[in-house]
Amino acid sequence: MKKDILKVAGKSLKSRLIVGTGKYKDFIETAKAVKASDADMVTVAIRRINILDKNKPILTDYLNPKKIIFLPNTAGCFNSIEALRTLRLAREMGGWKLIKLEVLGDKKTLYPNMMETIKANKILVKEGFKVMVYCTDDPILAKKLEDDGASAIMPLASPIGSGLGLQNKINISLIIKQSKVPVIVDAGIGTASDATIAMELGCDGVLINSAIANAKNPILMAKAFKDAVISGRNSYLAGRMNKNYFASPSSPTKGLI
Amino acid sequence: MAKIQINGKKITIKSNYSILDLLKKYKLSNKKVAIELNGIIIPKIKYNKNFLKDNDKVEIVHFIGGG
Repeated sequence: MKKDILKVAGKSLKSRLIVGTGKYKDFIETAKAVKASDADMVTVAIRRINILDKNKPILTDYLNPKKIIFLPNTAGCFNSIEALRTLRLAREMGGWKLIKLEVLGDKKTLYPNMMETIKANKILVKEGFKVMVYCTDDPILAKKLEDDGASAIMPLASPIGSGLGLQNKINISLIIKQSKVPVIVDAGIGTASDATIAMELGCDGVLINSAIANAKNPILMAKAFKDAVISGRNSYLAGRMNKNYFASPSSPTKGLI
Repeated sequence: MAKIQINGKKITIKSNYSILDLLKKYKLSNKKVAIELNGIIIPKIKYNKNFLKDNDKVEIVHFIGGG
C-alpha cells in the first residue's frame, strides 16, 4: 500500500493529528505530550513577551520549530484587523506563510465570526499566506473560503474547549464531499473516539488541544489520540460494511449438526 | 534620554538607542521575536537602524502555547 500522507499547503505530514500547545501544566508536559502524539504540526499563539522576567522559560526552548511545523494562530482575535496584525507579526518572526486563521465572534461560545473570517482570508491569500481556516460547519461558507484560496478548511466539531465531540456529522460530511483542499476538524473534540469518528467520516485530519491538555494524564491521552486518528483513517480507507436492519450470522449455517 | 513604552510598560532609555540595543538590554534573541514600532512591523534586518525617540510605542511578541 502506498504511504498515506496528508498534504497541506505544500507540506507533507505523516501524521493526520495536529496538536495545540495551550493549557498544559508546563512546557515539559507540553513537549512530552507533543512527542507522544507523534504530530508533525503544532499550533502556537502570538503574545507579548515578558520583558521583566528574563529567565522565564519560553515555548521555543522546548519545541524546536526546525523539527516540528509551527502553525501560528490568531486565537483571541475578534476581527480581521487584529487577525491580520497578528499573522503579519508571525510571518516576520519566523518567515512562516502557513498559518491558522481564527476570527472569533463571541467570548462565550468562541464561535467563528464568518464575515470577518472571509474578509481576512481573502487579504491573507492575496499577501501570499497559506491559510488554514477555522470556520463554522456551514458548507456554503466553507466553499466560499476554498474558492477564495484557503489551503485547508477547519470546521468546528463543537465549541472550542467544550469537549462535546462531533455535533453535526451531516454538515462535516457535506464539507468533506465538496472540498478539494484538506478538511481538518478543529475544536470541540472531547476524547479519542470522537477523533476516530471524524476520521471515519473522511476528514483529512483533526486538530486537538483541550482534549489532550485537560486529560488527567495528557501524555497518555496524546498517545490515545495518535492511535485513534490512525485507526479512524484506516477504517475510512478500508470502507465500512453496509448496515442491515436484520441479523446475519457470522458462522456458516451449512453443515449444522 | 527618551521615554518610551514597551509592551505597555513605560521605560526611559538613553539617546541614540536602537531596537537592537533594546533587545540586548532584555537579553532577547532577535530570532525568536517580532517587533512593532508605533504599529508598524520592523524587519529584523532594520533593528540596528531604527532609533527610538520620545513617546515611541514598541511591541515585542513571541510564540507561546496555544490551540
